[in-house]
Amino acid sequence: MDRTTGQVPPTDQALVAPPAGDPAGPVDTPPPDADPLAGRPRGTIGRLRIIGSLVVVACYVVAAVVGPILLQYDPVATDLKARLQPPGTRLPDGSLAVFGTDQVGQDVLAQMMQGARVSITVGVATLVLAGLIGVTAGLVSGYFGGWLDAVLMRLADVQLTFPSILLAIFIASILGPSVVNVVIVLSISNWVTFARVTRSQVLALKERDYVDATRTLGAGTWHLITRSILPASIAPILVVATVELGHVILAEASLSFLGLGTPASTPSWGMTIANGRDYLSNAWWISTIPGIGLAILVISFGVLGDALRDRFDPRLRSM
Amino acid sequence: MDHPLLSVQDLTVQFRTRAGTITAVDRVSFDLAEGETLAILGETGSGKSVTAQAVMGLVPRPAGQVTGGRIIYDGTDLLTRPPSEARRLNGTELAMVFQDPLSSLNPVLRVGAQIGELFRRRRGASRAEARRKAIELMDRVGIPAAARRVDDYPHQFSGGMRQRVMIAMALALQPRLLIADEPTTALDVTVQAQIMALLADLKAEHRMAMILISHDLGVVAGVADRAMLMYAGRVVETGELREVYETTAHPYTRGLMASIPELDGPRERLQPIPGAPPDLMRLPSGCPFRPRCAYATDICASQPPTLAAVPTRPDSHRAACHHAEEVLADVVAG
Repeated sequence: MDRTTGQVPPTDQALVAPPAGDPAGPVDTPPPDADPLAGRPRGTIGRLRIIGSLVVVACYVVAAVVGPILLQYDPVATDLKARLQPPGTRLPDGSLAVFGTDQVGQDVLAQMMQGARVSITVGVATLVLAGLIGVTAGLVSGYFGGWLDAVLMRLADVQLTFPSILLAIFIASILGPSVVNVVIVLSISNWVTFARVTRSQVLALKERDYVDATRTLGAGTWHLITRSILPASIAPILVVATVELGHVILAEASLSFLGLGTPASTPSWGMTIANGRDYLSNAWWISTIPGIGLAILVISFGVLGDALRDRFDPRLRSM
Repeated sequence: MDHPLLSVQDLTVQFRTRAGTITAVDRVSFDLAEGETLAILGETGSGKSVTAQAVMGLVPRPAGQVTGGRIIYDGTDLLTRPPSEARRLNGTELAMVFQDPLSSLNPVLRVGAQIGELFRRRRGASRAEARRKAIELMDRVGIPAAARRVDDYPHQFSGGMRQRVMIAMALALQPRLLIADEPTTALDVTVQAQIMALLADLKAEHRMAMILISHDLGVVAGVADRAMLMYAGRVVETGELREVYETTAHPYTRGLMASIPELDGPRERLQPIPGAPPDLMRLPSGCPFRPRCAYATDICASQPPTLAAVPTRPDSHRAACHHAEEVLADVVAG
């Protein structure tokens, strides 16, 4: 596994890239409220948390991008002679099964790296979609208020009363399993968080002097939203996105585990874990190792999100 | 003044709060000629800032509302214009400098981008041209090493420099009227003087009219042509700056003057105005300044005073006090 952690592949990491790529650079602008001098000393631990979790995340991304190229994986191939081999076994064809093999003789590591592609792609795509919907809804309802705000926020409230995984299962069972559908399902159950965070930011920002000042210079609504309000809301939205990324990956695995996620031809972690469930007594590694892998990634995103939040906006701590 | 640039007539602004309606600006009228500078003076809560907000269309809604009067700019009433048209005037005709220069600059944009944006959006300038003009303006308002600082963020500037950036932005499109709402209140005293000098300079250079809002009679002294004093949302005295300062005819103005330390006079205690600014929700009957006034008599409680000409300069100097002549006599006597 490649360990060049500083470089984050641009495609999969687009959402977390700005603060990560250059923690001390221009993105370091404090939130409007913060004293520009505050928060300098607390930097070291926060920086360690950010760097540490980014290293883990970067490892996963590299594995997802490079892994399947190095270790071919064919989802429909079977090799009965090599089935249910424990981790570290030398297989008949001479290769080493680091994480063992599953019930049809597939290498678990290869399957996991393939699964990482699906999980991370679904996670990022979901965040982009949910983020677009949620941020737009939050901007509109926060800035314009009135009946639009009432409708959008009541909709969000109603949705929050359902457990999100229940809602996802419901929609997924209607749409049927496919990667695109998983993204849609998870976006629907995740836009609310973005909408609420954005709205609360907009409500606070639109009364600010500099927004008034921009208005006195003749700025229109669109300009005010895109240049004055949105840029100042980015930090908390980014924090939410990071935390949500872990949740989304977990939710995708849960859906796949239940058979409502990705189809069998695109293996994801949830599916590998589900497949291994029947063999827990004699082949623990099939479920356990992908499970641990999933847990580590989700925890890393959680830590990263927390660290970014502390750095950007300590007021969000209650989230 | 046959055709004033700005004419505010009987402007009334009210705020609805849970406890009731308060009248923050009560039938305020004033004219401003091209190139003239008017200082609006008064304590916190006297309605001076709300007056400016009303002119700029910034009265916070829905609590605040302009409930009466007209604001005529260059022949048309700003209050009856559709918002889109009023917005077209903002920046190019009217501009405003705010009190706190940190909170009135966009914290996440580089200052050069913020200044340049005006040229790009309103004048269709190219990116490079906007940047060049931004540097030029920053240079003009006295920001050292403008070419280097153009890419800095607002928090990297000191208070005085931020206010200069604000002024640069307000002046970018060469407005004919600049409203400065306590432009130096958040700044150090030495920086205050520099900013006031800069404003005076720019005003002369561009033949720009200016409304200077302040609570500090000294700060505006070198720049303003006329002064208007407000108390509890009303105009209490107005006239040429010299008249108001030297032949004060309202006890409130006199109180403000007495609370300025004198540099060359005998060292004695400052004389504050007794009492506290009025609660706009519970204004006393008659003259709102009555409870704090040494001249108050029975008529002050029964009849609210109206602006009347002061005998020494009846054409320009006016005061709203039943005892204006007594005050004047005392002031002249020292």
